[in-house]
Amino acid sequence: MDLRLTNQEPTEAERAAVDSVLGPPDSAWVGGERGDDGHAAHGGHAARAQRHLLLPVLHALQGRAGWISQAGLGYACRRLTVPPAEAYGVASFYALFALEPRAPVVAHVCTDIACMCSGSVELVAELERTIGPSGERPSNGSAIWLESPCLGLCEQAPAVLVTRAGETPGEHSISKATAVDVSAALAGTSEQRTETLAPQTEGGGDGLRLLHRVGTIDPGSLDSYRGAGGYEALRTAFDIGPAGVIREVTDSKLLGRGGAAFPTGRKWDAVGRNPSMPHYIVCNADESEPGTFKDRVVIESDPFALIEALTIAGFATAAEHGYVYLRGEYPLAWSRLEHAIEQCRSRGLLGDDVMGRGFRFDIELRKGAGAYICGEETALFNSIEGYRGEPRSKPPFPVDKGLFGKPTVVNNVESLLNVLGILHDGGAEFARIGTEQSTGTRLFCLAGCVQRPGLYEAPFGVTLREVLDMAGGVRDGNDLKAVLLGGAAGGFVGPDMLDLELSFEATRAAGTTLGSGVVLVFDQTVDLVPILLRIAAFFRDESCGQCVPCRVGTVRQQEALLRLAADRPRGSVADETALLAEIAQAMRDASICGLGQTAANAIDSAINSLRVFEPQGA
Amino acid sequence: MSVVPVTISHTVELEIDGENVRVREGATILDACRAQGRDQPTLCYGDTLTPINACRVCVVEVEGSRVLVPSCARKAEDGMVVRTDTERVRHSRKMVLEFLGSSVDLTTAPNVDGWMEEYEAKPERYGPPAPPAPEGARDRAQAGHHHAGDGQTAATVAQPVKVDNESYIRDYAKCILCYKCVEGCGTDWQNTFAIAVAGRGFDARISTEYAAPLPDSACVYCGNCIAVCPTGALMFKSEHDMREDGTWDESEQTVTETICSYCGVGCSLELHVQDNSIVKVTSPLDHGITRGNLCVKGRFGYQYVQNRPDEE
Repeated sequence: MDLRLTNQEPTEAERAAVDSVLGPPDSAWVGGERGDDGHAAHGGHAARAQRHLLLPVLHALQGRAGWISQAGLGYACRRLTVPPAEAYGVASFYALFALEPRAPVVAHVCTDIACMCSGSVELVAELERTIGPSGERPSNGSAIWLESPCLGLCEQAPAVLVTRAGETPGEHSISKATAVDVSAALAGTSEQRTETLAPQTEGGGDGLRLLHRVGTIDPGSLDSYRGAGGYEALRTAFDIGPAGVIREVTDSKLLGRGGAAFPTGRKWDAVGRNPSMPHYIVCNADESEPGTFKDRVVIESDPFALIEALTIAGFATAAEHGYVYLRGEYPLAWSRLEHAIEQCRSRGLLGDDVMGRGFRFDIELRKGAGAYICGEETALFNSIEGYRGEPRSKPPFPVDKGLFGKPTVVNNVESLLNVLGILHDGGAEFARIGTEQSTGTRLFCLAGCVQRPGLYEAPFGVTLREVLDMAGGVRDGNDLKAVLLGGAAGGFVGPDMLDLELSFEATRAAGTTLGSGVVLVFDQTVDLVPILLRIAAFFRDESCGQCVPCRVGTVRQQEALLRLAADRPRGSVADETALLAEIAQAMRDASICGLGQTAANAIDSAINSLRVFEPQGA
Repeated sequence: MSVVPVTISHTVELEIDGENVRVREGATILDACRAQGRDQPTLCYGDTLTPINACRVCVVEVEGSRVLVPSCARKAEDGMVVRTDTERVRHSRKMVLEFLGSSVDLTTAPNVDGWMEEYEAKPERYGPPAPPAPEGARDRAQAGHHHAGDGQTAATVAQPVKVDNESYIRDYAKCILCYKCVEGCGTDWQNTFAIAVAGRGFDARISTEYAAPLPDSACVYCGNCIAVCPTGALMFKSEHDMREDGTWDESEQTVTETICSYCGVGCSLELHVQDNSIVKVTSPLDHGITRGNLCVKGRFGYQYVQNRPDEE
């Protein structure tokens, strides 16, 4: 590869940022001093094999300077032997990276659907009045605020993520944010302020399978985790061997919790048997589905559980390398998981000889940078590998050709957590929980207009009414208008569906989905039309742009909704809803990946089930 | 049925629109359709490039598949049952053509008009086009942010033509984002990597780093991107200028096949000549050596041929 790099010199800060990830350059070829060997080149294959470090390097540049300059990117390209045009294509793919000079402090204010139910509209209006428009730097200020898609703090809405660039870059989240909080953030005086809202765990978490350690252990202490039964499951795994683990997981009939509901045991078995080596295990913690926050709560409160489960998955599938791809908007989860991984390494629970049982396994943490699409498994691979987070065409499937083209297991955080209980009780015992086809328990993200928002756990088969009751019902005694199940890619159901059994099979039969476990509640005071517009804007923003049905379909969908919302349809209202149905059909049938295939679902259900745009409708 | 076992491992038999067809193993559904004489519309597909299956205009129905599959990329399998003319297929093709027709200038894209008619696509039903973006605005679009407008006009990719060198122009108002130029510039042929897809969603665009002008980029002016562009977004500057002047007339052009005289590789050239002047140079895509590719000399270094005294 013949790189053409500009001669722009990076600043010392930019150079240091890149070197902080890659180490100092060891030859002139990659931007260092020319050594005694004159023109010898030490780049080539070794440098190109580091392309997977592009995303961490971009984070370092963004964190140090507040934006990624051409000279800074050029230096990164020299170090990694990546063509600048490609690196620019990658950097410009992510919402959290700026490619033009930007204020070092940014308050990302969530304007997504859950926060809209809890004051974000008023917050934004107040910010516009008191500080100025989104993206505009107030005079004498070194900070801006920007509108953001869902930040995954839906149960503590409205949410703000503050990113601060500089010598010691930092990020923190602010829940239940007010304009005063945002002003403090812009002045540099705010700090992390979030809670753990899992009401069932108050008083010990007895009877819970996935949340039982939340709030009862110290998430920073391995000993605390082990004292609560941690690492017993891995011990069991070593005793029964990889085949035994896969047998138990298969017997448990565990279905993936990320949305596709694929049998976990079958996935593990396929990778375990695949003769192509090495194998990889990837934990998809890029939850960005509006309304979803379960992975965040679990990782913040019980990070060692994820590490243990991932280690078991690696052991079962003969993988030595695990990756956790965590969304970039979760600073607390990031620092706790990072700390937990380091503790595990130092205590022999990760590394060359895990628990002294001759098994080599380690985990790399990767941080997303604001791209919902990277939660799609093949887009996630591309993102880790240092390419644009565009989904790949399937087949081939990840179990055959996944990360770095090798057999790969991708599991959601919640799917992995279930494995600990499966090994504790046995797969057959696990399969007795829940329903015939949906075994075990499910995490539900209750947010919006509920009395006690938070993360809840219940066995599959629980009804929607029971789940709402767990959260104290609709807040302020209001009437229920609708529930969004499964997030923006899911569907709305009306109050007539309260007795819907929440299981994969029952929701499928009812034409809806559990998706990522979102139960977002809207009461009669909420106008659903702005919610639909926000969902449409979300998909337009988050489409990767690769295929025509999604790239243009999400725009045409938004435009039709805008016309309906303004009561200025082209033709009649029925013409517009018919057009939306046509757009939806093409996106569902012809898009490459699940994003495009589901981008019309919620809007479709609001029009056809809730009859939002009919005169007497909701 | 055939009882000759020797062919079994090397061919597959599938059913397309009710007819059985046998193709070599590794062939795509599109190959099989073509073998059978049922060509499918394609835009992002190029037979000299790795299928990227982004445009989705070639989708077909495959029995057992929940969604439609791109015929250009999906390998034919034994026993596959394919349908190319169902209501679902026709609908998706119509919508893809409408989506592109309503957002991209397709006036110099061959074949598209015929498909629009065949699939009854009506791009105008999305409303009048929104005003073109000012120069550079689309290049600076920040991922995750957009201006929505009021829906009364249809968003497009319209923007001024990029003319920054004497060889070729980039008219991204005509770009359907098929990735073919990126593939031709990158791993499929040239390995120069001067351009890549940047941005996201509707703001995704083909770009050099930081939208730098081509002379400041890694571009080597091989023009292999022009050779694969399906819409005329990438065009010889000579052709672009003549179209602007209204003098471009393909019916007045002749094509002279010759061999490039610069080096010993011997690439085939097709010199397109109008009014006794070379107006563009191509190379046949089916040529066994060049597969349509040239270098800067073969593609653009033709002036010496027509250094006529009267023009001095």
